[in-house]
Amino acid sequence: METQIMSCESDDLNLKATELRLGLPGTDPALEKQSSNKRALSEIDSCSDAKNGEQDRRAPPAKGQVVGWPPVRSYRKNCLQQKKSEADGSGMYVKVSMDGAPYLRKIDLKVYQSYLDLLKALQNMFKCTIGVYTEREGYNGSDYAPTYEDKEGDWMLVGDVPWEMFVTSCKRLRIMKGSEAKGLGCL
Amino acid sequence: MREDRPPPPPSRGGAYSPPPPDQVLENVLEHVLQFLTFRRDRNAAALVCRSWHRAEALTRSELFIGNCYAVAPRRAMERFRRATAVTIKGKPRFADFNLMPPDWGANFTPWVTSMAQCYRALEKLCLKRMFVTDEDLELLASFPSFRELVLICCDGFGTSGLAVVASKCRKLRVLDLIEDEVTDDEIDWISCFPEGETCLESLIFDCVECPIYFEALERLVARSPSLKKLKLNRYVSIVQLYRLMIRAPQLTHLGTGSFSPSEIVAQGDQEPDYSSAFDACRSLVCLSGFREIVPDYLPAIYPVCANLTSLNFYGEACFLCLQVLDTVRDAGLQAVGATCKDLRELRVFPIDAREDSEAPVSDVGLLAISEGCRKLQSILYFCQRMTNAAVIAMSENCPELVVFRLCIMGRHLPDHVTREPMDEGFGAIVKNCKKLTRLATSGLLTDRAFSYIGQYGKLVRTLSVAFAGDSDTGLKYVLEGCPRLQKLEIRDSPFGDSALRSGLYRYYNMRFLWMSSCRLTRRGCKEIAQQMPHLVVEMINGEEEEVKEDYVDTLYMYRSLDGPRADAPSFVTIL
Repeated sequence: METQIMSCESDDLNLKATELRLGLPGTDPALEKQSSNKRALSEIDSCSDAKNGEQDRRAPPAKGQVVGWPPVRSYRKNCLQQKKSEADGSGMYVKVSMDGAPYLRKIDLKVYQSYLDLLKALQNMFKCTIGVYTEREGYNGSDYAPTYEDKEGDWMLVGDVPWEMFVTSCKRLRIMKGSEAKGLGCL
Repeated sequence: MREDRPPPPPSRGGAYSPPPPDQVLENVLEHVLQFLTFRRDRNAAALVCRSWHRAEALTRSELFIGNCYAVAPRRAMERFRRATAVTIKGKPRFADFNLMPPDWGANFTPWVTSMAQCYRALEKLCLKRMFVTDEDLELLASFPSFRELVLICCDGFGTSGLAVVASKCRKLRVLDLIEDEVTDDEIDWISCFPEGETCLESLIFDCVECPIYFEALERLVARSPSLKKLKLNRYVSIVQLYRLMIRAPQLTHLGTGSFSPSEIVAQGDQEPDYSSAFDACRSLVCLSGFREIVPDYLPAIYPVCANLTSLNFYGEACFLCLQVLDTVRDAGLQAVGATCKDLRELRVFPIDAREDSEAPVSDVGLLAISEGCRKLQSILYFCQRMTNAAVIAMSENCPELVVFRLCIMGRHLPDHVTREPMDEGFGAIVKNCKKLTRLATSGLLTDRAFSYIGQYGKLVRTLSVAFAGDSDTGLKYVLEGCPRLQKLEIRDSPFGDSALRSGLYRYYNMRFLWMSSCRLTRRGCKEIAQQMPHLVVEMINGEEEEVKEDYVDTLYMYRSLDGPRADAPSFVTIL
């Protein structure tokens, strides 16, 4: 009955039913993301076919935001957006602290696709081992346990809620010593 | 080719024997070569013969590495033993736009480790698109003569690294952080500069997204009498800017920070006289910033407009720059055209950087700039709408253009008046701007545009292409026609293996070729790799693990003296 953290990705069936997302019915963000690069190429195909006949070119779809276009460095793009997101805590850039480390780091949650991604990055960043999450036991047995503060100010264990919900509600992260995180394991 | 010179004849009984003629020549050569500063001249001198090669290597003080993977650190440092200034460039430019997964490489650590042994006397370092850690910075700070650090588009370090540099580099004159990603380690690095007068000449930190302790900055500026360049981040309010400017009227380059107040200023409150502060900066020639502009404050910069040679704006700021002309935003650019007659460089960024946004600048603004700023050398211009006529006008009015980068944000957009492709506009640029070395294209372009580039762009060294062209012929025109081409970056254009093959004889003379989301196959890339042993041919996969079609996601290839790199991550395949 143990559910590994990886079940968040592979055991989609269970989570999708209860997952809260913003989006038009029938759209799957995962699918859209994968095809974004390839779509640009196929647009070229259809565009050059139409070119010879038509006067008015079919404009590219407004919602077809392509990776890296327009070519503006993300730091310039983000400066306004970041200020807004910091203000309403929508959880894109969050601070990460680790018990015992003298410094903080800041990460952009949008960069990660899943808990596995995020934990790998945190382990690299702080040179620590975090271990495996189980629904019942939390991170029991690990040296460190990642926790986060959500929009309501509660401290939760990273992995308790579906990934999408986590990304939008996480305000800051704290990597606690495993022993201290015991209390958070049971919700 | 000369052989190594024979050993000098043995001297008899302590009598002075004059050095052999060869050695005299070599001494003279070394003295003369010190006057050669341009890289290209030095490279040419080094090819004359062995002794010139040797003398040139010993007298080269500035080492430029255009691609950190083109040569191993050791090899470079063993040839040029006396370099005191080093520039290294890492990732290709399209990595800036998320077209490459992070952790691709360009690590500075192997370089600084070699420098710690070979270049202890290092004075200046400039890194672009490299991954630099705090530990690397700490090692750098231990070099006793180190005095200039310029980091452009780098990442991997934080304010803790900056704190070490500030506190340990006693002779620091230049600390320029330009478009870097700096982690906030919650350390007040500005306070880490040592007490007493500093030799600071340039302090640029507008990209550092961390709050700073203003009083420490103010004290630092007050005790830096040589400070000429100061670019502040958005955590500095306009009131604080004022306080800094009155302490440093000798500034030549200013980045204004947020250019807005940190709190709401009530009506009637006594506000500082910003105009006079700007007026007092008589030497100001370069202005940027305005990160969170409040329109009321912009008239303050009018006194300096006449002297400005370089200007960085956000699109919206242009409109507000001239309040008299109410609503049309190109009007701001018209004002710039009317007042900044000596403008050499202009960059207009979009405040809303999305394809379908409403951009406040267009062909009208470009035309106005071209009519007013005849000495323009470099332009980067983002817009939603453009016409061939405006671009042609710029090509005719601004013959000094060296850099022309136009980004029409909607992909495949034609001339919005004639509905024609933008071929003629870009064609006019390459034809009329005879000094053009850098070109970035956009909008709807057919192969014809590339035929123009190949025909007229004889000095072009850097070419950026996106969503353009019809067929392989387009790319062939460029590869066959542009003899000086060094850096070619292409995305989302229908160029395939045949075009790639046509440039085979060019690639050893280029720094790199980048092609992403084009029509290259793995087989086509492999052919190149097999025929060109000194080319490193990297296939970089995007997010997907398996290759869905035979097309390669990204090809990045470059010449290298030391073969494929050892630090390639899993998503890179080196053919």
